[in-house]
Amino acid sequence: MARMKFLCDADRCIECNACVTACKNEHDVPWGINRRRVVTINDGKPGERSVSMACMHCTDAPCAAVCPVDCFYTTADAVVLHSKDLCIGCGYCFYACPFGAPQYPRVSNFGSRGKMDKCTFCAAGPEADSTEIEYAKYGANRLAEGKLPLCAEMCSTKSLLAGDGEIIAAIYKERVTQRGYGSGAWGWQTAYRETITV
Amino acid sequence: MLTKRKSGQAGRTRLQTLMGTVASAPIDRRTFLRRSGLAVGGMAAIGSFQLGTVQKAAAISPPQPGEPIELKKSICTHCAVGCTVTAEVQNGVWTGQEPSWDSPINRGSHCAKGASVRELVHSDRRLKYPMKLVGGRWERTSWDDAINEIGDKMMEIREASGPDSVYWMGSAKFSNEGTYLFRKLAAFWGTNNQDHQARICHSTTVSGVANTWGYGAMTNSFNDIRNSKTMIIMGGNPAEAHPISLQHLLEGKELNHANFVVIDPRFTRTAAHATEYVRLRSGTDIAVLWGMLWHIFQNGWEDKEFIAQRVYGMDEIRKEVEKYPPDEVERISGVPGEQLKRVAELFATQKPATLIWCMGQTQHTVGTANVRASCILCLATGNVGKPGTGANIFRGHDNVQGATDIGLDVVTLPFYYGLTEGAWNHWARVWEVSYEDLLARFDSKEIMETPGIPLTRWFDATSLPKDEVEQRDTVRAMFVQGHASNSITRIPESMKGLSKLDLLVVADPHPTTWASLAVQAGRTDNMYLLPVCTQFETSGSRVASNRSIQWGEQIVAPSFEQKDDYQVIYRLAQKLGVAEQMFKNIAVEDDRPVPEDVLREMNRGGWSTGYCGQSPERLKAHMKNQHKFDLVTLRAPKDDPEVGGDYYGLPWPCWGKPELRHPGTPNLYNPDLHVMDGGSPFRARFGVERNGETLLAEGSYTKGSELTDGYPEFTMAVLKKLGWDADLTAEERGVIEKIGSDIDKVSWSTDLSGGIQRVVLSHGCHPYGNGKARAVAWNLPDPIPTHREPIYTPRVDLVEKYPTLPDAMQFRVPNMGFTVQQAAIEKGIAKDFPLILTSGRLVEYEGGGEETRSNRWLAELQQEMFLEINPADANERGISDGGWVWVTGAENNSRARVKALVTERVGRGVTFMPFHFGGWFQGEDLRANYPEGTDPYVLGESANSITTYGYDPVTNMQEPKVTLCQVQAA
Repeated sequence: MARMKFLCDADRCIECNACVTACKNEHDVPWGINRRRVVTINDGKPGERSVSMACMHCTDAPCAAVCPVDCFYTTADAVVLHSKDLCIGCGYCFYACPFGAPQYPRVSNFGSRGKMDKCTFCAAGPEADSTEIEYAKYGANRLAEGKLPLCAEMCSTKSLLAGDGEIIAAIYKERVTQRGYGSGAWGWQTAYRETITV
Repeated sequence: MLTKRKSGQAGRTRLQTLMGTVASAPIDRRTFLRRSGLAVGGMAAIGSFQLGTVQKAAAISPPQPGEPIELKKSICTHCAVGCTVTAEVQNGVWTGQEPSWDSPINRGSHCAKGASVRELVHSDRRLKYPMKLVGGRWERTSWDDAINEIGDKMMEIREASGPDSVYWMGSAKFSNEGTYLFRKLAAFWGTNNQDHQARICHSTTVSGVANTWGYGAMTNSFNDIRNSKTMIIMGGNPAEAHPISLQHLLEGKELNHANFVVIDPRFTRTAAHATEYVRLRSGTDIAVLWGMLWHIFQNGWEDKEFIAQRVYGMDEIRKEVEKYPPDEVERISGVPGEQLKRVAELFATQKPATLIWCMGQTQHTVGTANVRASCILCLATGNVGKPGTGANIFRGHDNVQGATDIGLDVVTLPFYYGLTEGAWNHWARVWEVSYEDLLARFDSKEIMETPGIPLTRWFDATSLPKDEVEQRDTVRAMFVQGHASNSITRIPESMKGLSKLDLLVVADPHPTTWASLAVQAGRTDNMYLLPVCTQFETSGSRVASNRSIQWGEQIVAPSFEQKDDYQVIYRLAQKLGVAEQMFKNIAVEDDRPVPEDVLREMNRGGWSTGYCGQSPERLKAHMKNQHKFDLVTLRAPKDDPEVGGDYYGLPWPCWGKPELRHPGTPNLYNPDLHVMDGGSPFRARFGVERNGETLLAEGSYTKGSELTDGYPEFTMAVLKKLGWDADLTAEERGVIEKIGSDIDKVSWSTDLSGGIQRVVLSHGCHPYGNGKARAVAWNLPDPIPTHREPIYTPRVDLVEKYPTLPDAMQFRVPNMGFTVQQAAIEKGIAKDFPLILTSGRLVEYEGGGEETRSNRWLAELQQEMFLEINPADANERGISDGGWVWVTGAENNSRARVKALVTERVGRGVTFMPFHFGGWFQGEDLRANYPEGTDPYVLGESANSITTYGYDPVTNMQEPKVTLCQVQAA
């Protein structure tokens, strides 16, 4: 069984935001909600790197662990999804998530934030596949059509990879071996920034 | 715990899933808008979006389960990389966008803009109906009334002031066919005052590069850069301006362990991926390029064989370069000699190497000289005419290459024929009208052969006194179709023009900043806005930067009263009484000229640039067979029945008639291939001899050529001399004999039969000859490029040694650059305005930005106009990151209120502003000036309200890349 994962190759990401607008386009995500975003470190300085972030579909997901109404579930493809019918908008998952994935349509200190929304790995939610109601609540269901998430499929430099963990890991490994530098090319010098004299 | 099995369902396509029931009532685009309540008022709370606030309404058309899906292909309407867009259409509604895996150019990928093009069509901020300004208020009008009133007013102006008083500003967003009709309309109206975005984008590239080796275009392709061992990007930020090109650049970099050097005043997002970054002072490119050549000549790294065989005048360059030793180059540009030596060595020795550039080189008063110096660097190192090499000029708009080729330009008829009597005669023959009829449309024969006024100067031509504009009268009317006003420099000056015009017509999917600025300038009447289709709502061909021509089909019909470019031009031509002649050989269906027919007419006349072989049938076959083309060579297997042996998109030149099946030219000037495999020499464009030295190639020729040395361009006289004229068919000879009185003078570019080209190619030779590239271009103001300080320079001390060129009359208007430069020094501008201001692109927006700022998915990502400033400069001024600042400019007491972005991306003493914003002027929000419901989500100050005087002498390119400003906390 496939274990779906995202992987962003930071040596390729150019912060073009294609993943962000592709997601908006596919799921009609409203203004203010970002299922995916691009984070840049060292902006404008040598060493500037960008990485595209969304729900990482964790194994033993912290959001699911804290949810008081148990609205999360993991699919057979290891995609973490949730039911908007059960969600009470308490915001606990937002505090639990290390990646800032959960998004809410309302901002308030007290009371419900509305139904939580997050990246579905283009697998939508518990409604019947490819129905109007499923689209309205969760967006398109590409996995059910045998397609992968649009953000990765449309990535400008093939930086963002999505799919079976083993396959994308193999692609990334091949790239790192070929280029011999960058975030995947570990070794003493990369890790500790010093050479060993023997 | 809920669980849901998905695995069993994988493998079903959306099509299969949705094909179920076709019973539900079809929903069209308008029904959607009505239902979502967007057709009437549009989103509330315009412009006041804040992070965290979620807007509820949505204008998008969701997928319709159960309805059949049609897949349609077109080309992205943003930059010139030429990404294919695949649309899912249900019941005539664009309900989804899928990756275009088959395209060898984008292979499924898009950038933020490409991934959101569906919203361009849907955007509820589009202009829906023709509008008219009445007493300062926008009122809806009808197409018939608008065209009638516009036409009457134009004829009245023509009567009083002559045809040159109406200015035709066209667009790089037209298809080739739209461009051609617009160009043709200007010719039939009787003026050369017609221009488009290339003027402010790569006009200097076109003039500089064409004057060096024949054609002013990208020599290789994005895909070919995968072969490069060294890439230098000088004056370009493709990570933001051409993101999909980075796919090829970065993969090439990884696979070849290539050197990736970025030379730029800003540490751009492209520079973030560079192996070496060189920071130079804006406007000192020539000094840096000569500095590199200094090291190359000094160390003998030049390609001596290449220079001897294929370059004219390199010795004179050598002499000039001696004046740029490392210390002088560092004094001018700030680039240390050692670093430059390293970069020069990479470029000259780790080959193949390519030099890539964009607006950073072109948008300068020395733009033409900059690109000439770049070409010379390629020539000196033998880095042109092979895979992996070349001057790879990334063009900006989806069809700016096509619009340039088709002569929507003040200096030429279509395909670079120029404006001479011979050129007019050629096109009169193609159009099957008499030369005398065309002549009668113009004020005089002289003005018919004189270049028009470049669009950078339209407002000067409007507001200058009559006697300073070299035509019968000043410009009194503007017909603008698809061009922004805020992408042109000196906005405060253009405001004067906006208020003075007798007629202003803007035809565009978005009313553009013309509307808001014209109202601000005090205009109350005689202004029209016409709603136009995007390219997704019509069909036609467009040319990518690599010269590949791609056919886009209509994805959806327009939702409201929008008309496509063909219809607008046709209606206007009808009103102006020239439609019958103009569309003599072009079928018109339901008032819409058929684009396939337009392309066929272009094929019949486009011999000079090899636009003759790309018939609509061939182009459509390419779109259908995209998956067959190789990723690196762009070639299809020779045995394919439909596209066998062709290069993707038949990159021009594609010689002869379509039946000849020339495959197109993937890399220009590559003699290692046979001409019928896309090989070519440098064009013998500049004669055969100069000062006793030959201008023809020596010992270099294309593979399999029967002539094994240089040769001039082919005419009937040359053909006769070689005895090859016997190969012409009787039919070809018949056509040739009808052209002009002297049959010997009929050439490869004027022969309408295509016979000369066919015969020459059959002998393995090239129709345009086999010449040398010119290191010295004796017809330009600076035959050998030399450093010249920008008009507004912070380095006043260098002006005496490196002044700008003297004042002169150019393109019917005065270019006062020298006077302005001197005055700036006398007034001490550099003291009051100590910061360099440069401008550029953001990935989310394009051009003037109205279209992309009206796209809610893009607008959300860039909500505020900003200025980048170095932390040291910000600190001195008490400016904090994210705070409001006033930027003041060196002319017209100009000022702009923007947010500060404090960053080391810009060096000390340098500021940067993106040029996509508009809708604010001097701190004032102009949202109320737009017709209701057509204002973009995001408005902001235009960078060009601060930019200043400065024009390249060869093309009158503007100078938005270097001026001076001051910044203070607001």
